[in-house]
Amino acid sequence: MKKQKAFETFIHGIFLILGLITVGCVLLITLYLVVAGIPAIRKIGIWDFLFGKEWASTANEPKFGILPFILTSVYGTAGAILIGVPIGFLTSVYLAKLAPAKIRTIVSGAVSLLAGIPSVVYGLVGMMVLVPGIRSLFHIPDGASLFAAIIVLSIMILPSIVNVSITALEAVPKEYEDASLALGAAPVETYFKVSVPAAKSGIAAAVVLGVGRAIGEAMAVMMVSGNAPNLPELFGSVRFLTTAVASEMSYSSGLQRQALFSIALVLFLFIMLINAALNFFLKRGKE
Amino acid sequence: MKKFMTLALAAALAVSALAGCRAQQKGGTVSTDGSTSMEEVIGVLGEAFQEKYSGMTFTYNPTGSGSGIQAVKEGRCDIGLSSRSLKEEEKADGLSETVLANDGIAVIVNPKNEVSDLDIETIAKIYTGEITNWFEVGGNDAEIVVIGREAGSGTRDGFESITGTENACKYRQELTSTGDVITTVSQNPDAIGYASLAAVSDQIKALSVGGVSPSEATVKDGSYVIQRPFVLVTKDDAELSDAAQKFFDFALSDESAPYISQAGAVPVK
Repeated sequence: MKKQKAFETFIHGIFLILGLITVGCVLLITLYLVVAGIPAIRKIGIWDFLFGKEWASTANEPKFGILPFILTSVYGTAGAILIGVPIGFLTSVYLAKLAPAKIRTIVSGAVSLLAGIPSVVYGLVGMMVLVPGIRSLFHIPDGASLFAAIIVLSIMILPSIVNVSITALEAVPKEYEDASLALGAAPVETYFKVSVPAAKSGIAAAVVLGVGRAIGEAMAVMMVSGNAPNLPELFGSVRFLTTAVASEMSYSSGLQRQALFSIALVLFLFIMLINAALNFFLKRGKE
Repeated sequence: MKKFMTLALAAALAVSALAGCRAQQKGGTVSTDGSTSMEEVIGVLGEAFQEKYSGMTFTYNPTGSGSGIQAVKEGRCDIGLSSRSLKEEEKADGLSETVLANDGIAVIVNPKNEVSDLDIETIAKIYTGEITNWFEVGGNDAEIVVIGREAGSGTRDGFESITGTENACKYRQELTSTGDVITTVSQNPDAIGYASLAAVSDQIKALSVGGVSPSEATVKDGSYVIQRPFVLVTKDDAELSDAAQKFFDFALSDESAPYISQAGAVPVK
């Protein structure tokens, strides 16, 4: 008996250590980003850094203003949500409530597959198909633009939105729906007036998760957005926060490199905010 | 059996220790410092050098041409690497240059583009946004889509310094690799871009500049102007260490030429 207890404690200890590894990683990354990101912000000045409209990191008089990147990331994410959420949300209502079993299997399989495609593949397809397509469709000189990035991002966030929404919709107690149907409401009416409101915190969490995925994506948008540090325009070439770090890191030096770390810090703060929002929604859903 | 194994192992260890010793005696360190554009060339040469002379250590510090020249002047490295010729005042400071190779940068357009020759002033005007339509240079009536590389890239630095457009280029797209530039130009009939000569393929058309089409031969004889030298910088008054001298001779020998070509530059020899 005593031996067994010792063994239990031992196993608990191991699990605790494994858990602490994750926490340690988060702390380490946070600490590193703060330490690496602060010096450049101090040198450039927080106002000039966050609200400067010009980025020319290798010029003789370098300018490090990241407002174009911040706005691009915000607009790009908002655009992706605008397109991705209605599609993803309605798909999930269909799959959770209306679809016949056979179709459901096929569609949810396809959605899972979409989640598994590496982002560089999205980027490649976007570069070879989407960018030339946008160019000829809208008669503009070049298709690499914020619009192309929004399209790619809205497809990329679909799986997270669909999967999380389905789970939320399926968790709605069947009695709610039965009651509504018994009162004479039509099925579709029931789903939108009873099931969806009951699952709203889960659906909100799905949207926030989509936002997180969209704002953190680098590879795919780098290949379709053109990467010129302009203030965002729908059909203009733009650079996101993520791609600003990724595109210049390899040859950067000195203050330029430090400023890239500062951009990463800003991005990190954005993602922390989004995570806080996610936790808020999930908690409210439980109560 | 066990005893035998132990003995064999000990013997092997002793031999390897001896070998290590010998390598140590033969070895030395060559430190280079400078141009990031020369990264590939110097990387390939360094590897080949270390393969030929086992035990030699070769280091390369990618800091940029200016810092490399400064470093060799202050004796912080054996050989400085510069992707531009030395200025007169640098030569007056007791430095000398040896051209290792030349690097050609091709200006590329889509194969459908009717324009096939531009002079360097026109190219500069296109990149600075003074000329924005292909019509102005004898092509179709279409807006020119200017494609370039990201800030800090050696190719961008080289192209901008040769065309005199430093920090004045108005890029529509800034891509992060030669491959991306070529793919994008091959997809867009109105695009213009630049890429290392070695990367030019059938997918795109390399423009001739002032009537001279880019090739290994025209880069070598200097008639193709969008090129720059890769230079080894040494100090006049200090002799190279044994190891550094070996590397210097190796880099300039016929033997190293294939490695330089492999890295995309045009060897002088």
